[in-house]
Amino acid sequence: MKSKELMKKHYSGVSRIAGPLLYLRRASDLPYSALVEITAPDGQKCGGQVIEVSDTIAVVQVFEQTMGLDVVNTRVSLVDREVRFGVSEALIGRVFSGSGRPIDGLAPLVADQSLPISGTPINPVSREQPSDFLQTGISAIDGFNTLVRGQKLPIFSGSGLPANEIAAQILRQSKAIGEDVRFVVVFGAIGITKREALFFLSEFEKTGARNRCVTFMNLASDPTIERLLTPRFALTTAEYLAFQCGFHVLVLLTDMTNYCEALREVATAREEIPGRRGYPGYMYTDLATLYERAGSIKGMKGSVTLLPILTMPDDDITHPIPDLTGYITEGQIVLSRQLYRRGIFPPVDVLRSLSRLMNNGIGAGSTREDHRELANQLYSCYAEGQEIRRLTAIVGEEALSDLDRKFLRFADLFEQKMIHQADQERSIEATLDIGWKILGIIPRSELRRINKDLISRYFSELMEDGVKTPFY
Amino acid sequence: MTASKNNVNGVIIKVSGPAVIARSMSGARMYEIVEVGLAGLMGEIIRLDGDTAFIQTYEDTSGISVGEPVAGTGHPLLVTLGPGLLGNVFDGIQRPLETLRQSGGDFIARGLAAAPLETERRWLFKPEVKIGQKVEAGDCIGWVAESGAFSHLIMVPPDVNGTVAELNEGEFTVLDAVGRLDDGRPLRLAQQWPAKIPRPVKNKLDCTDPFVTGQRVLDCLFPIALGGTACLPGGFGTGKTVLEQSLAKFSSAEIIVYVGCGERGNEMADVLSEFPELNDPQTGGRLMDRTVLIVNTSNMPVAAREASSYVGVTVAEYFRDMGHSVAIMVDSTSRWAEALREISSRLEEMPGEEGYPTYLASRLASFYERAGKVECLGGDDRTGSLTIVGAVSPPGGDFSEPVTQSTIRITGALWALDASLARRRHYPAINWHRSYTLYVETLRNWFLKNVNPAWSGLRDTLLEILQKDAELQEMVQLVGPDALPAQDRLVLETSRMLRDCFLQQNAMSEYDASCSVQKQFRMLEMLLAFYSKCVDALSKGCDLDEILALPVREKVSRLREVPEGQCEEQCEALNEELAASFEGLSVSKTIS
Repeated sequence: MKSKELMKKHYSGVSRIAGPLLYLRRASDLPYSALVEITAPDGQKCGGQVIEVSDTIAVVQVFEQTMGLDVVNTRVSLVDREVRFGVSEALIGRVFSGSGRPIDGLAPLVADQSLPISGTPINPVSREQPSDFLQTGISAIDGFNTLVRGQKLPIFSGSGLPANEIAAQILRQSKAIGEDVRFVVVFGAIGITKREALFFLSEFEKTGARNRCVTFMNLASDPTIERLLTPRFALTTAEYLAFQCGFHVLVLLTDMTNYCEALREVATAREEIPGRRGYPGYMYTDLATLYERAGSIKGMKGSVTLLPILTMPDDDITHPIPDLTGYITEGQIVLSRQLYRRGIFPPVDVLRSLSRLMNNGIGAGSTREDHRELANQLYSCYAEGQEIRRLTAIVGEEALSDLDRKFLRFADLFEQKMIHQADQERSIEATLDIGWKILGIIPRSELRRINKDLISRYFSELMEDGVKTPFY
Repeated sequence: MTASKNNVNGVIIKVSGPAVIARSMSGARMYEIVEVGLAGLMGEIIRLDGDTAFIQTYEDTSGISVGEPVAGTGHPLLVTLGPGLLGNVFDGIQRPLETLRQSGGDFIARGLAAAPLETERRWLFKPEVKIGQKVEAGDCIGWVAESGAFSHLIMVPPDVNGTVAELNEGEFTVLDAVGRLDDGRPLRLAQQWPAKIPRPVKNKLDCTDPFVTGQRVLDCLFPIALGGTACLPGGFGTGKTVLEQSLAKFSSAEIIVYVGCGERGNEMADVLSEFPELNDPQTGGRLMDRTVLIVNTSNMPVAAREASSYVGVTVAEYFRDMGHSVAIMVDSTSRWAEALREISSRLEEMPGEEGYPTYLASRLASFYERAGKVECLGGDDRTGSLTIVGAVSPPGGDFSEPVTQSTIRITGALWALDASLARRRHYPAINWHRSYTLYVETLRNWFLKNVNPAWSGLRDTLLEILQKDAELQEMVQLVGPDALPAQDRLVLETSRMLRDCFLQQNAMSEYDASCSVQKQFRMLEMLLAFYSKCVDALSKGCDLDEILALPVREKVSRLREVPEGQCEEQCEALNEELAASFEGLSVSKTIS
């Protein structure tokens, strides 16, 4: 209605350009968070968004380079009251830039609907409790940090750690147990290098995921501020495909660290009071508006499962980016440099990792009845073994009791036989069976986390099968 | 709804996130609720400067323009209190989420309005007072049977008194007048109260009864009183939410208000799908029938986080005023503090520590001070209590940050969650060295009288062993466990048993999720009896490894798997077996 008439209006009162921000005078009728188009003196156009408006000045965040803009001839015009993205099922298989322009050389998309990319919160009473086990074929995840559909589970990586390879393996292997389902991947690349992007694209090609994948690419060389949009385009697409078309959508966002840095850049340009390490105080809320878009809704077929990848600066898990992410997401998969150096792949630090929704997705009927208690027991034995390993470094193995030595041996076996699996794919049953086998070296009286009946059932079953413990 | 009710009609001059500034607002009052923009978004005035008002909006401000109107409502944030609260789910500004879903779909759009309590539903009202009787604030004029056999007292609002001129039995909606006073004022089933003002009481009393949680580590080591306060800080993944939910499910309070403030939507879905299925251990009814949920997930507007805590505590006070024990869990107060910080920084206030506003501590203090055991208003000497358990999410798990520090200065107990315990899947991951409670002395008598006269002694022994263990662990780090004398190794082993079999508790297990204080006592008694037998045997010269290999040890360790009903019996049997085993031990020793 009103936006039509506003659209014709041009604003030329640019008074200041600083960093990614453009300050406009005489533009008080621009709505808050509106999408604008900025025309540089040489006719180049780029997008921007109103991030503050008052009766004297409107502040526009410019999505691309501010190079070439000036305060005299630069023109700004209103495009829409908010940033929107045209969606349809034909998105599947296409590649877009970080701000939603097709870059695969194919014909422009005919959109069914135009959706605001900021999204609206799912009503908590409409949410379905996520409880469908999503098998990734990776023991460290399936067995100990089980992923369920509709969950948001980030991978906390460090520079040089193989987060991308793990993400690719998850993509390759993940299948939902049960009937054939409509499954799509939405890939949002945020400020990653061309090399990493090519790795993912060739991975999609290899696995045939290419045709069931929507890709949004913001590379390291692309405009920084565009990174604030990329995950929103990806998630808007995911929500549409899940809740209107009934797909199960897996959203992969990498690297969220670059997103947070873009957020900080805008905040400092606005001269806001910085929070920890210069990141803005509202980063928690901002990240929540992304991560919380994962989920499933009662009575709807589809779901949005979110796997963001982030790099912990200096492997520091208390850095604001992993810290705030961990407070919002339903757990985290933490990678360990130590395990990686020892050649263990995937190098998942099981003790620091967590899946909060695991308990909903495991047990009789979805994985196996012994899953929960077995996993708890393995954790606790591994933790004990780790502690003894630290102790051994100081006092030497001679000072250990017999029992301690067994825990130590257990920790080694757990890493080599359970976590390490290279590019093999393992079913959940195989994972749990390995668990029982390596648990065999711990005296039964120490297995306090498992119910007696389960112990006798599964230990004797393994023995009857003639599966003689090959590990020790 | 754009016409002002008190002639405050302003114009927006600035929009910056949730902060909106409006001019021509003369006549507006601090903390007045206003309607912002053409969309009529709900907002609250948080600063006045001449005729300029600073407003925090409870909804997303996208699309709002300068020049749009702001209308006053003449009242502060009000909470509607009456039948229909229990079992309901509200957002931070008391809009029922189920109603929003029916009117607005699965996503929450902006500018939706909904009456807090169902206006259509009729409740059967039974009067308790006669016509001509004088009533004053807090007096019960009758009651309504809510679902789950809960009788909802209908009380005279705190600021009203007079003589009853008319009172009718029958079916009424919350909006109908069930009667009136002689001055013509109507009496209704529902009343309204400003969220940020504590509801008045006659007197605050000493808290002498425990808030029994069913969690061994809390009830045994760090109990709090009904009417007390506890701070529950912990980094992510340390189990704050699971513990808060366990408290909501199993604690001894009669009414639970659970505030999910700036937390995960899926967790709330968990609560929403789980609670209606669960039975209330006290009444046998549905757990949901004694629970009020207030949900403002992290992606919902920030300003409503502050509102959600206040709305929650006001609802809790209302039930307290009926004479119930009420507990409110807020998960997490850090998100509320962050909302304060965000708004404060948009108002360009001078920041205090870590960017938080300087009034953070006083806001938290006045919130926690709303807890307590009280003598309620009204003639019939009701007493009620309000217990507050606030979760705190310190960045990086570092307790030195302002929100944690400001909170533990006020609360009566610190239940410190520990990442290293959580990493070993030791839940609840309460660190027993770091946590404390100020209520032990006032509660001691209750435990001695209602549980066992030996309670105090056992608790002291437990603490002693844990303390000794901490000291020995330092030694072990230097010389290894094998170099320690047998007595010390026994302490290490016992402490391990106590940690694994007593302090640790499995929230997912049917038999172990909650544990009665009686069973707690028995378990502890048994474990410590085992310990003292071991000490005896050691002093007689028995071999420690041989003692620890006794089969009875495993049985003692597995006591928590024993159902509540059979515990007493099992302990009797175990006691005998214990004596026999140790006798056997010493005999075999003398022969060899």
